[in-house]
This record gives sequence, C-alpha cells and structure tokens, in this order.
Amino acid sequence: MRKTRPGKLVLRAVVLVYVGFLVALPVGLIAWRTFAHGAGPVWHSLTSANARHALKVTAEVAVIAVVANTIFGVGAAVLLVRHRFPGRRVIDALIDLPLAVSPVVVGLALILVYGKTTGFGGWLADHGIRIIFAVPGMVLATIFVSLPLVVREVAPVLEEIGVEQEQAAWTLGASTAQAFRRVTVPAIRWALAYGVVLTLARALGEYGAVAVVSGRLVGKTQTATLFVEERYQNFDQPAAYAMAFTLAAIAVVILLGITALRPREHR
Amino acid sequence: MTAAVAEPTTKAPARRVPSGAAGLGLGVGVATLYLSAIVLVPLAAIVTRAGSHGWSAFWRAVTTPESWAALRFTLLLGLAVAVVNAVVGTLVAWVLVRDDFPGRQVVDALIDLPFALPTIVAGLVLLALYGTNSPVHLNLAYARTGVMAALLFVTLPFVVRTVQPVLIEFDQEMEEAAASLGASRVTIFRRIVLPNLVPAIAAGTALSFARAISEFGATVLISGNIPFKTEVASVHIFSQIESDNSVGAAAVSTVLLVAALVVLVALQALQRWVVKRA
Amino acid sequence: MTISATHLTKRFGDFYALRDVSVEIPSGSLTALLGPSGGGKSTLLRIIAGLEAPDEGSVEIGGSDSTHLPPQRRNVGFVFQHYAAFKHMTVARNVAFGLEIRKRPKAEIKRRVGELLELVHMGQFADRYPSQLSGGQRQRMALARALAVEPEVLLLDEPFGALDAQVRKELRTWLRRLHDEVHVTTVFVTHDQEEAMEVADEIVIINHGQVEQAGSPSDLYDKPATDFVMSFLGPVTRLRGSVVRPHDLELFPTPEPDAVEAIVQRVLRLGFEVRVDMTSDDGEVFWAQLTRGEAERLGAEPGATYFVRPVVGAAVSSAHLTPGVPRDSAPPG
Repeated sequence: MRKTRPGKLVLRAVVLVYVGFLVALPVGLIAWRTFAHGAGPVWHSLTSANARHALKVTAEVAVIAVVANTIFGVGAAVLLVRHRFPGRRVIDALIDLPLAVSPVVVGLALILVYGKTTGFGGWLADHGIRIIFAVPGMVLATIFVSLPLVVREVAPVLEEIGVEQEQAAWTLGASTAQAFRRVTVPAIRWALAYGVVLTLARALGEYGAVAVVSGRLVGKTQTATLFVEERYQNFDQPAAYAMAFTLAAIAVVILLGITALRPREHR
Repeated sequence: MTAAVAEPTTKAPARRVPSGAAGLGLGVGVATLYLSAIVLVPLAAIVTRAGSHGWSAFWRAVTTPESWAALRFTLLLGLAVAVVNAVVGTLVAWVLVRDDFPGRQVVDALIDLPFALPTIVAGLVLLALYGTNSPVHLNLAYARTGVMAALLFVTLPFVVRTVQPVLIEFDQEMEEAAASLGASRVTIFRRIVLPNLVPAIAAGTALSFARAISEFGATVLISGNIPFKTEVASVHIFSQIESDNSVGAAAVSTVLLVAALVVLVALQALQRWVVKRA
Repeated sequence: MTISATHLTKRFGDFYALRDVSVEIPSGSLTALLGPSGGGKSTLLRIIAGLEAPDEGSVEIGGSDSTHLPPQRRNVGFVFQHYAAFKHMTVARNVAFGLEIRKRPKAEIKRRVGELLELVHMGQFADRYPSQLSGGQRQRMALARALAVEPEVLLLDEPFGALDAQVRKELRTWLRRLHDEVHVTTVFVTHDQEEAMEVADEIVIINHGQVEQAGSPSDLYDKPATDFVMSFLGPVTRLRGSVVRPHDLELFPTPEPDAVEAIVQRVLRLGFEVRVDMTSDDGEVFWAQLTRGEAERLGAEPGATYFVRPVVGAAVSSAHLTPGVPRDSAPPG
C-alpha cells in the first residue's frame, strides 16, 4: 500500500491538466501579456486620469457595500439563528435569492424601481437624488450581488456555538450588548472575516450589474471592471491588460486571504 | 445552496433575548426593509414589467427568434456545464482529499480563484489563451466551446467545494469494511463512496447550473456575442436594455429567474429528504 | 485456522506502534488482545486484517503467508468499534453486501441473510436503516455482515467500546455464546480487563508495542509475568515494597511471623466487599480487601491495630512497580 498505484497517478494527472489549462495557464498569461512591453506602459495606463478615477469609484462602491452587508449580515444571522418570528422562512429565502440572479437582471431590476421614469425613482429625482447612472445605484447593485455572503458564513457558526455562552454571560451580569460584544463576536470573528473577504472580492469584481446600472459613463461612473471592457473594445489592449492585471493581483491577495481563513472543515 | 440557516436548534431551552419583543421587532423590521428595498421590490418589478402588457406580449417577447435562440443556448449550455462539473468537480475533490503530492495545496487554493477573480478579467484571460492569438493554438473565440470554457472556469469551485468537506469527514471505515468483505477499489467507490456523495454533488451541480445560466462578464468577450450562435441569455437581456426594450428584457429575465429558482428549490427539497434519511 | 504473527514491527514516523511482536493464535479460540489505549493492539489487529502493512515481519493465516495480501483476499471478517455501517443501505443490504460481491445467486443471499439476522436476533430490523438502530443493534448487524461470507477468521476492534455499560455486558456474554456456536477463530481487541477475563480463552497483553504476556485468564491473573500485567489485570497495593493483591492480605489481631503491624485509617463497606485502608508502622499506606464476613469477625474499625501478611501462595512482586520488568529478573539499581 506504499507504492503509488497507476490509477492514482492517472487521476492526479487528469486533475492537474484540467486545473492547469483552465485556471493556472490563463492567469499566468495575464502577467506575461501585461508586461510584454515592460512595466512602463503598464504604469502609464494605470495612472491615466480615467484609470485612477475608475479605481477610485471601485474602491468607494466596494467599501460601502462591504460595510453595509457586514452589518446586515451579522444582524440577519443573529436574527435568524437565535429567534423565531413569522416570516422567518421568507427572509431566509430572500437572503439566498441573489445567488440565483444574473447580474444583468439585477441591473434591470434596479432600473425598473429606481430609474427616473418610474414612480419612486421619479420622486427621488425630483428631490435631487440620482440612483441610476450614478454611484448610489452602483452601490445598490453591488450590495445585491454580495448580500448573502456574510450571513451564510456567520450563521452556521452562530448555530454551532449555541446560546449557552451568552446566557452564562447574562447570569454574570452582562447586558445583551456586552455579552454580544465580548462573547459572541470573538467566537464568530474568523467566520466573519472570511465572509467579509468574500464580499470584498465579489464587490470588486462585479461587472454585469454595474454595467447596466451605471450607464458606463467614462470618468464618472466607470468602475475598474468596466474600464477593462471599455478599453478592450476600444482596441486599447495595453490599458485593458494593465487594469486586468491589477484586479487579478488584488484577487490573488484576496485568494490568499480566503485560503488562510477558509473554515477548517473545508481544508 | 443550503438555506442560510437550518431550523433553530433545540439545544437550549430559553431563546428570548432579555430586551424582549421590541428589540426583535425592530430587528426584523430593519432586515425586512433592507431586503425589500434591495432584493424583493426590484425582483418583483421585473416580473411585473414582464407581464405588464399581458401574457401574449410576454410570450411573444420570449419567443422572438433571437431571444429563443439565446435562451435555448443558455439552458442547454448550463446543463452541459453542470454535468461536466458534476464529474470533474468530484474527481478534483477526490484527488485533493485522498491524494498527496507536492503542490497540492497550491492546486487547492487555485480552485477558489474563480470566486475571487472579476468575471470580466476571467473573460479577458480566457480570450488571451484560447482566442485568435492563442499561444497554445487553440482558437475558441466566437465559438460555442469558447463560451463553455468561460462557464467551466467560473463554475469550477462549486462542486469541488461542496464535495470536499463531505470527503474529508467521510467515515473511511465503511470503505475498510467493504474491503474486508471482498470489494475491489472500484466497487468500493461505486457502491460505498459515491452514494454518500450524491447530495453534495447534487448541491454543487445545482449551484453551478444556476451560476452558468446567469453568467455575463466572463462570456462577453470570448463569445463575440453572435446572435443565434454564441449569444447567451444575459447578453441578450443586456442588448434589450440598451435598446430600451424593457418588456422584452424583463420577460427573458423572468424565464432565467424561474429556471434558477426551480433548480434551487428542487435542491432544497432533496436536502430535506436526505436529512430525514441520515 | 491458526494465525501466526512473527516479528511484526510497525512505525508511524518516529513512533513505534509495534516492536518485534510475535503472537500465536490457536485455531478456533476466542482470543483477546488486551492493553491500555495506544499500546498497539488495534494496530496488530489491523495488520492481521490487511488494513495496515507491517514494516517488518510476517503474518500467516491458516499456514499460508498473508503478509502482502490485500484485505479483499484474506477472507477475514472485521468488526469496527464505530460499526462502519453502510449508512445508505438497509440492514438486509448491509448483511448481504459480501455475498453480493461474490455474486452469489439471489435466492441463496436472501436465505443466508435471513439466517444470520435470526442468529443475531435482528430479524425484524431487516428493512431499517442503520441510523434507525441503537448502537448495540448496529454492532450486531456488523457482526452478521462479517459472518455472512463465512470468514476463516473474525476480528473485532473494541467492538463494545462505543456502547453503554449495560449493553456492553450483555453483548459480551452474547459474543461468547455466539463463538461457542459458530467456532470461528476470533480475535478481539479491548482495553477492559474485566471484558477480556470474562470472555476470552486466551489473553495477549500488549503494552507500548510489545507483548507482556500471553496465556489463559487464570494464568495471567495468578502468575503475572511482569508488574504491569499484575497491576493491569487486577487491584494491587504495596506492602514493604512488594506489590500484592489486596484480597490476598490477611489481617491478624495478634503478632504473626513476617506480619507487618498497621493501623486502620478507614473502613469502606462496598456491598459484599470491605476495603480497609491502613498505615504500616513504617508509614506505608496500603489497603486490604476483606469479605463482609471477615470484616465483621475482625470487628475492623478505624484506629484498630492488626498484623498483616500475604496469604501463602499469593502472587507477590519482588520490586516496586516497574512496567514491563519481568518478575524473576533482578530489580534495577
């Protein structure tokens, strides 16, 4: 049983070839193509006004979405795990829904509700609040697509640790808030971190929904991902690759975060 | 997908938070508002818009030659991708859990890359490798196989990551018992391991199907978006939005939504059935 | 079907699970591999089954060398501590598994499964799933499954370890009766000396990867070869530096030759037995085990003085407790 069986080697080879050609090779190619003419042009592309603005918009939108979904995520997890109330199943299902929706559909849905031509959107526009073709719309879209990620990571852990530790804290005099802060939060922090990292990755990488909702106005509502596509379609491959590389590099860093934080059972 | 939570645990008797019903009410209210504003109302708007001109208009929008072609292509491709993932994903999970070789952890980490990488970057990257200037001389651009490659990329993690934890926790003594009873390795896999993996494989496959039919960013570049050939439903919806045909866009969107929901609800039912048996 | 393990050595990294272990298991016997957790007994059993491969040494089953045979070809039945039930199959399908692998005709399988389920008193559970059974029922199913293919050897790895005390006792007796009926060479691993003493014909004591002693239960109890065996198999206490069984100590109210003077500290009445804690005139603390009758006749109370010595012929160790030191070798130092 010590010698490696031929069947095992075959399986191993198949997997390595598949993952290699599907993931490793393409991603390795980005770096190569990006720096095909040296680092200079890359830097030049990334420091152009549009590129910098795109990165800024991306960061803004992502940060707001992550914060909003983290607060919502923890709150919803606590609500769903520790309490029973009418409509619990509905809220549970609604939270999972974004996973099944195409990003383009998300964009369309938001336009139909918050666009200038609709009742609600029109009312907002009259008060000077633009949602669609502006950053708020992009924030909403990004929140939508990354909504379940924190909840789905935190809820199972909350369930597993049970309510007894919090109850022990109450009997020792802690208020609900204190028990939560000092007992519950430390217990869920790794799951929470993992959820936040996943949310961030999703937010940074969002393309379809923001493509619809933002109007793709270059220099105004263009995110980094939209920048990549727009530059490519305009035959500015170097700029597209430069930004793609940047996003990929960030993704790899995030990937290291994911790998380090992934719940033990998945290792 | 598993539901975000299971039924509340019956571990501890008293489950009321001391601050009582008021705090709970507020919490539920806020959550409901958040979800309504962001998820519920917008999705309801889609369905409303799709049906706003009656059933016949809906049906007509869905069955125009272009939208019908896009939907058919998308759903069939989604199925194909799901099947490939069911097989390959299980294989990958098996090798990652049961085998050990230098670099295994790197491969394991790579599986998550499609989760972390923006879809448009994935599209660009696949185009670079398998497009017209392909260094490996494999030109899949503007071809259906190109779209399939893009979808296989973005759905790679799904089956792998649902099967892996089950394999890790797997009671290998069942396999040893089968060996002591005379079963060959293949038989052991077929009759002992696989039946116990089916729920996880089904979950991952359902997720990958739902993701595949929804995918936009990864397909946009490599497919060339040729109507009737490589145009997927989400791209079609996008072009309808750009042409101000919101009813048409909403109609096709509704079909996609229903397809995804049917699959996921079936999955939930399957999981409930499995839990009863376990 | 005799089993011969010769010079088996098994390493896990730097850790030696088994070190030059040789064991002979007589055909048709019910043998216990007894010892503390982590001592190597499960490893030995798994090597016999073919679930582990030894680094050195060989295994012979029924006279033929099986050392490199995979478990599929050894025709050994194996029963696991945590049952290893095929949870996706009914009880009947579980038991039928080995026969289905051997492609026996359906009618024969059905008959044999029925016989075996009757043998283990599980007939009415044939269509249940393992998750619907209690631990004891699952283990009986596992036994039926292992016996279905008529193995030449039956191996059980702590078969009752996961069960409640009451169920454990019942199944222990039941295993003995089953063996008397079926007569397959059976080896089982346990860390419970009471279980081994009660059930087995032969006991092999294994500690730290080596065999301490092998023999019948009474041999091991009355003539322990090492201090470890003595203290593992029964209660021990120390008097004048020797290890002796508390129930072998006699208490006399008046001085006797070779007797030690001691004062009673505490008297504990535990049902039929009475435990008397004493301190000798040298300050040694020890205890004696008396029957209720003996204790009443003596009138033992705290503060009383007695003269204590081991009964004639009692097992007495010549040195203080040193695990693994044979008793007839010179004490260290």
